[in-house]
Amino acid sequence: MNLELSPEELAFRDEVRGWLRGALAPALRDKVVNFEKLSKEELMGWNRTLAERGWAAPEWPTEWGGTDWSVVQRFIFEEECAFAGTPPLVPFGLKMCAPVLIRFGTQHQKERFLPRIYRGDDFWCQGYSEPGSGSDLASLKTRAERRGDKYVVNGQKIWTTLAHYADWIFCLVRTDVTVEKKQEGISFLLIDMKTPGITVRPLPLLDGEPEVNEVFFDNVEVPVENLVHEEGKGWTVAKFLLGHERLGTGRIGGSKRELAQLKEIAARLPGDDGRPLSQDRRFADRVARLEIDLQALEITNLRFLDAMRGGKPIGAEANILKIKGTEIQQMLTELMMSAYGPLALPKHAPGAGDGLDEAFAARLAGRYGNYRKTSIYGGSNEIQRNILAKVALGL
Amino acid sequence: MHFDRNEEQQLLAESLRRWLAGNYGFEQRRAILGSEAGASDTAWSTFAEMGLTALPMPAEAEGFGAGAADLIDVMEAFGEALVVEPYLSTLVAARLVERAGSDAQRTELLPRVASGEARMALAHDEAGQRHGAARIATRATRGADGYTLEGTKRVVMHAPLVDHVVVSARVSGEPGQADGIALFLVAKDAAGVTASPYRSFDDQPAADLRFSGTPAQPLGDTAERAGAGFAALDEALDYGCALACAEAVGAIKYANEATLEYIKTRKQFGVPIGSFQVLQHRAVDMLIEWELARSMAMLACTRIDAAARGTVSADERRRAVSAAKVRISEAARKVSQEAVQLHGGMGLAEELKISHTFRRLTALMLAWGDADHHLARFTGLS
Repeated sequence: MNLELSPEELAFRDEVRGWLRGALAPALRDKVVNFEKLSKEELMGWNRTLAERGWAAPEWPTEWGGTDWSVVQRFIFEEECAFAGTPPLVPFGLKMCAPVLIRFGTQHQKERFLPRIYRGDDFWCQGYSEPGSGSDLASLKTRAERRGDKYVVNGQKIWTTLAHYADWIFCLVRTDVTVEKKQEGISFLLIDMKTPGITVRPLPLLDGEPEVNEVFFDNVEVPVENLVHEEGKGWTVAKFLLGHERLGTGRIGGSKRELAQLKEIAARLPGDDGRPLSQDRRFADRVARLEIDLQALEITNLRFLDAMRGGKPIGAEANILKIKGTEIQQMLTELMMSAYGPLALPKHAPGAGDGLDEAFAARLAGRYGNYRKTSIYGGSNEIQRNILAKVALGL
Repeated sequence: MHFDRNEEQQLLAESLRRWLAGNYGFEQRRAILGSEAGASDTAWSTFAEMGLTALPMPAEAEGFGAGAADLIDVMEAFGEALVVEPYLSTLVAARLVERAGSDAQRTELLPRVASGEARMALAHDEAGQRHGAARIATRATRGADGYTLEGTKRVVMHAPLVDHVVVSARVSGEPGQADGIALFLVAKDAAGVTASPYRSFDDQPAADLRFSGTPAQPLGDTAERAGAGFAALDEALDYGCALACAEAVGAIKYANEATLEYIKTRKQFGVPIGSFQVLQHRAVDMLIEWELARSMAMLACTRIDAAARGTVSADERRRAVSAAKVRISEAARKVSQEAVQLHGGMGLAEELKISHTFRRLTALMLAWGDADHHLARFTGLS
């Protein structure tokens, strides 16, 4: 087993680092590391920067713009970007819709959508969850009825992240209500958000920020050419997508950056006795435990990668990365908030004090609350444990 | 320790709960939050009519002389309804007037607090202290016309709503030294007070207060008698902490009830999710947290009263309050996180009360000293 990076991999890491130093504008980086909200333009701008370098979608086949990197190189790249403080790549197009199109799409669909996704021309969102169908996704009810060369879609999606920015949505819809098994009769449709009959209603979360939405479909007409894979085979597509790209869900690079940031904050802020908070035994121990957990996750991830380097496919163990990765992200937000103590209580910077730090402190409690989502979305951590119990333990 | 609430307390708590249910429901509360003041004068005058403001005031101020333990039901009811009114802030500041103020200050202020006419707040926290009560740097200087204040107080809860603030400030010594700390009464509209108002993460009206040459009246002899100011402050912070614990118990109760209701009715895979054993155990753990939290809030409030009567030492009071805050901060954390997790996405939605309860419990974790702070204090007293 090799948990160290090879000389070639290290050289690759240095190349990525060097490029990031020039490509990532300091002002943009500052916004990211200070947890400021990024605009649609800032998110897609970074996508374009990567596209210009040819690094927007390393995991795609080379004919569509992929890089032919090894799994380890892809991991290095993602972690270096996160550690440097790049904006996150919006995953819905690049990492979700595109792999589906590459695997199941027609040549026409690939040519139509992939280059635009690569360049960040279209903003995509994901229409999966419904009010009655969360963990039990296959019970979804949004109906698509075939009428000639169109589907007519009626129903509702919920928790649709950034739908208010989106040009397109990929949806799981029910095309057949007569089937016995709920997993059958589901289809995967691509829908232009400008189609008449679509209403997006923001669903503010506890930090008050617009992020997720409800999306309503009222007799929305979708050309049949926007069906991906066969009608009624949408669940196959959904399962493929769920199993895709589980590496990276640990978000280790981002957590490493935030851990370094937390330590810097703790060295600067006063503890209860006036000495730096980093010298407060209880706080320091909490940070240390988090650092150790993060290290354990990183090595575990490297171990999985090493197995993949040897050509072994990764199994349900990857779900461990999601569970531990999100727990670590949540604990980071909690420790950052608690570092500031009562100063983390204001919702907005009062503006009477020392500027940036005050504005930063005022974001931390909201962020702590918002990050509870990470153990809920993408298959809740309970569902991840169900999968592990079934697949890894045979229970 | 008496665990049974007497009849009067029960009747009062019942009528308060009834009023809150009819007038401080989730949508009504949202309207209050959306108002400019972010609090309700109607609610405040109703609390006064019910006698809630008179309850803890001394008899000579037209009050009923109730102790902390007598207020547990009230605080729990406030916690359940997520009341944002300046009740606890007023009580803590008034306690300082009562216990550290001069006869004249008591006579001037406390009857007005009892009648509901005066609302007050404590301006104590500063940027350089985190949870260390003695680490304040705000200075009080004596001049020809009396004392003036220099310094900035952060996150003064309910400051935008009150007429008077009690300010902790240093007449001597350096941050960390308890002896040089005195207490001052400042009118909110006094010269040299700059207020920067905002809402807290959990929607309480708050402000930073900047004092610059602000005229201030010392409370009693706290500016002359070394140690008097800090002893009174330490006691009042414990009093506030114990009552905040009782409030948290109420918020935990709501979180547990709402979560239980949700997992009984939310169906996935054709069954209520509450039929899954893994979720049942987590709901049971939340119940256990509530029971233990309730016990510790009672202990803390009882010890506050016993110490005030002189039947237990101040250290025993401190130990009980710190123990309660450790337990309740941990309960608040666990219950608020689990309540959201078991609600799934709905737990995060602004439009449901559970997300507001999450924020209130998070704020109660951070305020009045967090678990680490009280654990250190408890250990130091052992």
